[in-house]
Amino acid sequence: MLVSYNWLKNYVDLGEITPEELAEKITKSGIEVEGVEYVAEESADVVIGYVASCEKHPDADKLNLCQVNVGEETLQIVCGAPNVEQGQKVAVAKPGAKLPGGIKIKRVKLRGVESNGMICSLQELGMDEKYIPSQFADGIFVFPEDAPVGESVNTYLNLDDAVLELDVLANRADAMSMLGVAYEVAAILGEDVNLPEESVTFSEDESAEDYISVNVDAKDLNPYYGAFLIKDVEIKPSPLWMRNYLMAAGIRPINNVVDITNYVLMEYGQPLHAFDYDRFNSKEILVRRAVEGEKIVTLDDQERTLTSDMLVITNGSVPTAIAGVMGGANTEVVEGTKTVLLEAAYFEGSSIRKTVKETGLRSESSSRFEKGVDPNRVKKAGLRACQLLQQYANGKVLTGVAEHDDLDKAEKVVSVITDAINERLGTEITDSELGDIFQRLQFSFDQNENSFTIHVPTRRKDITIFEDMVEEVARIYGYDKLPYTLPQGSNQAGALTGRQLVKRRIKRFMQGAGLMETLTYSLTNEKSVKQLMSPEVKAQNPVPVSLSLPMSEDRKYLRLSILPELLKTLSYNEARNQSDLAYYELGSVFISDETLLTKQPKEQLRLAAALTGKWTEQPWQQEKKEVDFFVAKGIIEGLFNFLNLEVTFKPAKLDNMHHGRTAVIELNENTVGFVGQIHPTLAKELDLRETYVMEVNIDSLLSAFNNVPSYEDIPRYPAVTRDIAFILDKETLAGEVKQKIKEAGAPLVNSVQIFDLYEGANLPEGKKSIAYRLLYQDPNKTLKDEEVDASYERIIETINSEFGAYVRS
Amino acid sequence: MKEQLEAIRVEALERIAEVEDIKTLQDIRITYLGKKGSLTSVLKGMGKLSKEERPVVGEIANKVRDAITTSLEAKIEVLENAALEKQLEAESIDVTLPGRPVKVGGPHLLTSIVEEIEDLFIGMGYEIKEGPEVETDYFNFEALNLPKNHPARDMQDTFYITNELLLRTHTSPVQARTMREYKGIKPFKMICPGKVYRRDNDDATHSHQFTQIEGLYVDKNVRMSDLKGTLDTFAKKMFGEDRSIRLRPSFFPFTEPSVEMDISCKVCNGEGCSVCKGTGWIEILGGGMVHPNVLEMAGYDPQVYSGFAFGMGPERIAMLKYGVNDIRTFYTNDVRFLKQYHQA
Ligand SMILES: [Zn+2]
Repeated sequence: MLVSYNWLKNYVDLGEITPEELAEKITKSGIEVEGVEYVAEESADVVIGYVASCEKHPDADKLNLCQVNVGEETLQIVCGAPNVEQGQKVAVAKPGAKLPGGIKIKRVKLRGVESNGMICSLQELGMDEKYIPSQFADGIFVFPEDAPVGESVNTYLNLDDAVLELDVLANRADAMSMLGVAYEVAAILGEDVNLPEESVTFSEDESAEDYISVNVDAKDLNPYYGAFLIKDVEIKPSPLWMRNYLMAAGIRPINNVVDITNYVLMEYGQPLHAFDYDRFNSKEILVRRAVEGEKIVTLDDQERTLTSDMLVITNGSVPTAIAGVMGGANTEVVEGTKTVLLEAAYFEGSSIRKTVKETGLRSESSSRFEKGVDPNRVKKAGLRACQLLQQYANGKVLTGVAEHDDLDKAEKVVSVITDAINERLGTEITDSELGDIFQRLQFSFDQNENSFTIHVPTRRKDITIFEDMVEEVARIYGYDKLPYTLPQGSNQAGALTGRQLVKRRIKRFMQGAGLMETLTYSLTNEKSVKQLMSPEVKAQNPVPVSLSLPMSEDRKYLRLSILPELLKTLSYNEARNQSDLAYYELGSVFISDETLLTKQPKEQLRLAAALTGKWTEQPWQQEKKEVDFFVAKGIIEGLFNFLNLEVTFKPAKLDNMHHGRTAVIELNENTVGFVGQIHPTLAKELDLRETYVMEVNIDSLLSAFNNVPSYEDIPRYPAVTRDIAFILDKETLAGEVKQKIKEAGAPLVNSVQIFDLYEGANLPEGKKSIAYRLLYQDPNKTLKDEEVDASYERIIETINSEFGAYVRS
Repeated sequence: MKEQLEAIRVEALERIAEVEDIKTLQDIRITYLGKKGSLTSVLKGMGKLSKEERPVVGEIANKVRDAITTSLEAKIEVLENAALEKQLEAESIDVTLPGRPVKVGGPHLLTSIVEEIEDLFIGMGYEIKEGPEVETDYFNFEALNLPKNHPARDMQDTFYITNELLLRTHTSPVQARTMREYKGIKPFKMICPGKVYRRDNDDATHSHQFTQIEGLYVDKNVRMSDLKGTLDTFAKKMFGEDRSIRLRPSFFPFTEPSVEMDISCKVCNGEGCSVCKGTGWIEILGGGMVHPNVLEMAGYDPQVYSGFAFGMGPERIAMLKYGVNDIRTFYTNDVRFLKQYHQA
């Protein structure tokens, strides 16, 4: 809402307060003023002049030679504007004057003829092009005949006006009008509101009802419809002051009838619509829901197809306007219009909102209906417009109004007790202070000591309950005067839950392991959403969850794996020559097997990581260490170790992964994730080099995790280590052998570690040697050599029979 | 004999003084103190001495032995020290060469901010609640006093999945869920951080995905001054003790009265500058007293219980606190950006 400071002065005495100070006060009381702008950026030293004569320039077709009377003197000015004529009153910048934008006016010779100044257009005076009336858009501005010669144009053109830009939120529909803002400002300043006049002299011989009847079919959406009739209107420009105010409010002046409806719209917050009665082609207004597929050409010359949700004004047969949104071209007020049919109506916001959504037409009118207009101002606005049409269009207003009226105009009653307000705010406001606040708001009330019964004016639709009144009191009292206290009530200990704590620890572990945390988008595209799903996710046959109205194809599906978007961040960095990357992310994936979602998808917390390039940055005194499978695996092993969880790895062939360098991760025999190298083809597609990824289901890990590990005695007896190297077939998995060693060695073998892998010379073809270190421990006694030897032999026998392996000597 | 002993002492000490290696010192020990050494052979002649002379010469002989031994040991220490010194010298390295690098990871800046805020409110007795990112229309809107067709729904452009399911536009549904969890009887304080989504085009100040932290306190006799005091405490801890706060009336469907909170501009100390658009204040969060409809729908009797709620955006806080000037920076994950906030 753009509020002209000068216009506002008509309703409230603003005294000496500057526009900026006013803006600050309004903001602090609840309506944010986003900015204060002046109609002209700088005031110009320009006066009103009279064009005494205007002849063609002797040497230039497009230039005119004008003698312009500016009061004390007559200046010869060469003017290039196409619309300059003798007898006009125009804006003249005299030599020495400075125009906005820094142009300085000098005496010059144009094609040999002396020119002592400049006749200005509104643009040259610093006004915004988009609000300038079309007849002056391409030339100089022409003042009304009564403009006083020699006077400054600044006040005359309202160039010194300041415009406050109010950000009116959905609850304050009342502030969408000059009167509403006036009430607000009056309450803030403790001033009175001067209401405008609605004094119409009706033409006694005829009444509106002789010409039109109003029938409302859709009574639920249109509780009030009033039709006024104004005959013999003279279409011409509206008065300059009105045009000035409209331009300041961001509305381009058109002609007097249109300007008056717009002026009252801004003044009362009540949208009005003027039809050309002679083109209405009927004596009946019928308001009804549109027939599905019905068509109308609107004022902007667009043909619109209507739906049965939309409300239309018809002449009994065809639509003449989309109610509250836009009029039809067929009944538009034009140059030759003689009789105006003026609509002042109340349309339900919900219906208008739907129509706006479907047609995409949003206007000053629709936005007010959407938020809700004041039921007690509808008819008054119509009368105000009639008065102005009488004054400025020489119209003859017929007696009465043809109307349909079952609008509820009753005021809401809200009761408050001073103590209750103070209890809610933490304040000590007295009864008389409270009464004073209601008075400033111009709410009428009955007071019985500390008990108030308040009649809330219908303009304030936002106030219906006690809490609304608490806010009114607080904002007029001043939020800055509220004391600072801390909650007095019941206290609880604040702490992270076990799950939240472990989540943080997992992050710390990953960071400590050298990975940077990332945050990527949950939304991805159709191709990525199917990539790099962990096998246990894929096993659930998930259907990607998609948005019904995405912003782009790239952000349409909820991720089923963190990895595709994470890999894109690697590509982003690679493209900027940042190539050694170790990233991780902890976040949700969204799993559902429904094609048409009827319930929320399962949100599973997963940990993803992606590594590429050198693992050791700036290697020094050691060889360059590129990331490989075992770096990635080591991180996972470390994490599970850290959480005291035992995990196993099994080779796997997964889509988009290197078939020989990928493993699934199992926890208690359930797959919980995977780790490996991404397929070189995918890497190439993403412009990545050798890249390793992992993804783990953290939810399953959290449920297996024991936050309070039980105490185990530190072994008191010495442990015995034995090393053993087996010659194995190359295909035999070291991990499986390790598992068998553990089983065969139980319960004495406490741990088994692989510490060497040898392939090459001195070994038979197709064989490899793997060395294991066995740790024997008995918690209750010192182990005897015989016991260890017996176990050792058992292990060798088992591995020999299971894998055909033998001990390397 | 006395003369003989004295001669041995003088000669031995002279030789020890000249020696430069430990091997020769061992030889000297044997030459003088060994079983066949010169001191031993002199002492073998002791038998020839008179009974009176024997203890006297014996004492002299012991003194000579002690003198030689002490001198030998002192010389050995000197030589060993010199040898060690020489070895260390040979082992010296260029300490100005770089160390073996340790791989340094770190948290995302937004994680740091969220955890900082979490810890701050945990300190004030708040618990942390989480909830789903795909929400029902009911919990995202209706339970928060935003029925279908409510004008304020336009304030938030929503990613719908179906008519009833959507990507949450704020973390407020977690508040609605928590109130139901506590069944309208238990007073509580909670904050809920998380990812939220809006139908926005990504640009320097908008992101279709961002993070939010909201807080809620429900109890008997909760006052608006409690909200003011709590937010003031938060602002001073988060932005510095010298910051002041300003509350302005605002509008949110789920609170009444509603507030918008500004903090005094750090750049200009409230004088007005380009960062605060000349106002001296920077908008930092919104909040208010919980709307009675919201309490009632969740089973809390608004005649008995009241509450306050607030919400803020960690991205905005990060932008203000660290001067990040483009919200997209948080989501492109440029490693040069991430590294700047290792320690944050
Ligand atoms: Zn500033």
